[in-house]
Amino acid sequence: MRPARAANPPYKLPPPLFDARCRACWFVAGLIALVVASFWSLDLQIAQFFSAESAASMGRFVGEFFPPDLSAPFVHKVAAGAVETLAMSALGTLLAAVGGLALAVPASRLHGTDGAPARAATRLLLNALRSIPELVWAALLLISAGLGPLAGTLALALHTTGVLGRLFAEALENAPPGPGAALRAQGLGALRVLAYATLPQVLPQLVSYTLYRWENNIRAAAVLGVVGAGGLGQLLAFHMGLFHMPKTATILAAMLLLVALVDAASYASRRWLMR
Amino acid sequence: MSTPALPAPDPRLRDPALWSRLAWASAALVLLWPLAVACEFRPWVLLEADNLRVSGQFLASFLPPALGAEFLWLVARETWRTVAIATAGITLGLLIAVPATLLSARALSVSALGGRMAALPFVLRQALRWALIVLRSVPELVWALVFVRVVGLGPTAGVLAIALTYGGMLGKVYGDILDSGDPHATETLLRNGSGRLQAFAYGLLPQNAAELTSYTIYRWECAIRSSVVLGFVGAGGLGQQLDSSMKMFAGGEVATMLAVFVALVALADRTSSGLRRALG
Repeated sequence: MRPARAANPPYKLPPPLFDARCRACWFVAGLIALVVASFWSLDLQIAQFFSAESAASMGRFVGEFFPPDLSAPFVHKVAAGAVETLAMSALGTLLAAVGGLALAVPASRLHGTDGAPARAATRLLLNALRSIPELVWAALLLISAGLGPLAGTLALALHTTGVLGRLFAEALENAPPGPGAALRAQGLGALRVLAYATLPQVLPQLVSYTLYRWENNIRAAAVLGVVGAGGLGQLLAFHMGLFHMPKTATILAAMLLLVALVDAASYASRRWLMR
Repeated sequence: MSTPALPAPDPRLRDPALWSRLAWASAALVLLWPLAVACEFRPWVLLEADNLRVSGQFLASFLPPALGAEFLWLVARETWRTVAIATAGITLGLLIAVPATLLSARALSVSALGGRMAALPFVLRQALRWALIVLRSVPELVWALVFVRVVGLGPTAGVLAIALTYGGMLGKVYGDILDSGDPHATETLLRNGSGRLQAFAYGLLPQNAAELTSYTIYRWECAIRSSVVLGFVGAGGLGQQLDSSMKMFAGGEVATMLAVFVALVALADRTSSGLRRALG
């Protein structure tokens, strides 16, 4: 019988602080180096930011926000901007769901013997669409679509196509293979197998991904206009650029309200669905 | 057999759900129409001769990408600044998130040991939570716009914007992580008279360290992406450079920077998922 060992042997020394074989030590050392190099290379005016002078200018800046401009015509304009933001996000997400599904099919291996010849190329395209943020897409699209919500809608659609396409492809690949195999054994073509076996199984998942992205896109659409792509953001950039501070305050408040409403709606609907 | 004048529909091809499908499709169209009007959704604008010519010229100027030594050096410097803004922002964000988490974690409440938390600590914790949620829900781009006005163009505005938004996000999620774990060890420590910090360091932290680190790394990756975007409102880094090249229609420079940006995001993605897998 082995002798019982003390839970914490008294003869054991604490491990040395740094050990060349300890991966966590290297990770922490690398992390410290990265943080120090970042602060050193940026020459931030943080000290200046916390100075009395800067606090005064910040105070003046915030003071100019009050009172917010709540005149009826301007509130109308802001409300129209909010509606435009919502419409941009909804239409952009819808286009993205359609585009994402269209790209997800070639990007996934639908059954064991599916060669999926375009899989790698489509995934590369999806990754490229996904890794360029909406705002950069919007700035690029302004050149061909001009100022306004069209550029914003298309930008949201392009980025979200990348995101949803990848998620949809994963969902299609992970769908239970049984029903599809049964239909294929009867000699049905790929399109019908997709429409009658694979899609109905993953549809709830696809819908929930799309709704989740819509929620994200409302938030993104609110600020997208800063480069001129419509919605509340465009109003914000316009009035802030002209130093109309009371108007800026109203727009900021509307933006926060929109985001808070979306958060609350998403929280409530999730509670309701998880019941 | 000749075809009859009005062929009776083949019962095998009759769609039993035809009417409901048609109804749903027309309802969707009726809903979509006002959306498209509100977005001024006229994609054919893209195909007008003038726009086609401008976009064609811009796209054609993408090739060849700008690869001059001086420009590449500039891109390398701005790429590093983008990473540095994200890292510095997250570091300052932690200065907000960590104290806020320690103050707001329910698992560290002494009065909650006896059942209900006392009124004052409860209100304090809830107020802190709400403050974090407010910090988090202001988009970082809006913070950046505000700070650009106060501290001027440059990386400081970007760092502060990331610090505030991500401070809120990290603080909120850290609190959720700490409160969702098994409270047994922490409770035992608190019951036996250890201080809150001791209970945190020896009870909560070892339990949740991997998850906390993993979430922080994930957020660092997100911060790199958003620091590029912040550049578009003048907060330094790759985004600012990209914005000015776009305004000058320098397609070659835009192509190079977009490629660098995609590579940077892919690299951050790899690094982050590798590190998180190592954490288990």
